[in-house]
Amino acid sequence: MKQGVNLERFEIRLSGLGGQGIITLGRVLGAGLALGHGYQVTQTQSYGPEARGGSSRCDLVVSSGKISYPKAQSLDLLVALSQEACNAYYSFLKPGGILVLETDLVRQPPTNLYLGLPFTEMAASKVGIVQAMNTIVLGAISYLLPFVEQRIMRSSLQSALPAKIRDVNTKAFNLGHREAKREFGEQPEIWKGKPEEREGSDI
Amino acid sequence: MAAGRKKKRKELFALGNEAVVEGALLAGCSFYGGYPITPSSEIMEVMAQRLPKNDNGVFLQMEDEIASMGAVIGASLAGCKAMTATSGPGFSLMQEHLGYACMVEAPLVLVNVMRGGPSTGLPTSPAQGDVQQARWGTHGDHSMIVLSASNVQECLEMTITAFNMAEKYRTPVVLLLDEITAHTREKITIPREDEYEVFNRVVPTMPPEWYKPFEETVRGVPPMPPIGSGYRFHVTGLTHDPNGFPTSRPEEVADLMERMFRKIDQFLPQVSLYEEYLCADADVCVVAYGSVARSAEYAVEQARERGVKAGLLKLKTLFPYPRAATEKVMGHARALVVPEMNMGQISREVKRVNNGRATVRALNRVDGQIITPSEILKAIMQV
Repeated sequence: MKQGVNLERFEIRLSGLGGQGIITLGRVLGAGLALGHGYQVTQTQSYGPEARGGSSRCDLVVSSGKISYPKAQSLDLLVALSQEACNAYYSFLKPGGILVLETDLVRQPPTNLYLGLPFTEMAASKVGIVQAMNTIVLGAISYLLPFVEQRIMRSSLQSALPAKIRDVNTKAFNLGHREAKREFGEQPEIWKGKPEEREGSDI
Repeated sequence: MAAGRKKKRKELFALGNEAVVEGALLAGCSFYGGYPITPSSEIMEVMAQRLPKNDNGVFLQMEDEIASMGAVIGASLAGCKAMTATSGPGFSLMQEHLGYACMVEAPLVLVNVMRGGPSTGLPTSPAQGDVQQARWGTHGDHSMIVLSASNVQECLEMTITAFNMAEKYRTPVVLLLDEITAHTREKITIPREDEYEVFNRVVPTMPPEWYKPFEETVRGVPPMPPIGSGYRFHVTGLTHDPNGFPTSRPEEVADLMERMFRKIDQFLPQVSLYEEYLCADADVCVVAYGSVARSAEYAVEQARERGVKAGLLKLKTLFPYPRAATEKVMGHARALVVPEMNMGQISREVKRVNNGRATVRALNRVDGQIITPSEILKAIMQV
């Protein structure tokens, strides 16, 4: 698989509450980037008894070259699906890094520079299953990240899931992507590579 | 598919623990006996799914770690390539039978995913506190091969290596991982059949009545028949003579002990595995292993950007300690930095080899957190 964009070291942190499907989200995103897009990816996670019901965290480092240090240090993208997670990890965001919030659950954003959608409410009202929330987030992230191709990420998602929940998750993924396109506007300026590097991107 | 075209390699996005299982199955592992404990549990979970699907695969969950090790030794004597995996407290329980495995020369692989200790310690945070225990944990004078892995692909490769060394030298091999390596997901490539070597144990070819189970050979490793194949022999944890029966005659005891050391020591260059990164002209060299080696690699790159000639010696074999490799980098490096998630278990070995020649700076952290690249960079810049 050819890599679309040459990446130095791109760090993503997905955070929220245990039970929101953060780790699954990270695993699917990681598998899509590593196997589908051909990047080097390391995915690590918070691990301990506090992960159940408490806070949950999943870090991904994406790079075109070899990754030495596997953990995230200064984040290019922080996804916070709870107020607690937002408070805890906002300071790790690098200058110009993008913050994505669950707007119903993060009532007090630490800054006005953020992108947000009510993911949980969308899952409940438009998909019908609240558990599909993480897949909506995946769809939204797939729109935001210039090096992710929607088509590849979707097929990676489908291959990671058992057949009976494949359709509903595909629906959720498309919903997330569509809503993000409408609400988030243009893809963040700072991530845009040179035009020739962005060829093949269908978004 | 066109003739001669090679099959595409399979890629997976897998945990370090899952990579261990992939490696074990490639190496021909056919028995797993264990008791689950984080952060090693995924090895057992995946083994439970995968192993019974093989024709001769047997998976056993035992009542505890002591019994697990007993089952693994039994399976090994019966001709299986056998393994188990554990962590901290479980590793302590396995020590008694680990000694038994040394004494009866049963090849087996023990994966210990290190977590914070002593005792129940820090479930489940990374640490590297079991390094000297892996070497000296079981009582009595013995030789031991201890390996480590720093990334997910290496987990796969080192597991194959561990099985090969175990079978080649008829000895238990300990593979030390830490929580970070075990719980990091990364892309791994499953090697094609012609890309890795699998060593199968040497079985006797002489008539059964001539066979002596613990006889001296050129390599120091006696051939080993599976139990039930017609070769009768006695297995005991007592010091034994070449026929396998207990003895306390000094010359027989000395012969046995010396052979058990020699069978590994004489192959030191083959057993000592390490990687050098930017070492050739390094003034300051970091000696690291496990997940800390990845932080060190990042720190070395940053130090180079700042004009300091730094290098990394990544140890893949921890014991027997790769003395020659360390001496080689000490030839030109004026200082060595040894970062570890313990109070200095390998820096002790480095200092022993160093013998006062270079400055050895130990960088220790025991709070259940990984040593970050910036900490190592700071140490590099200071020395």
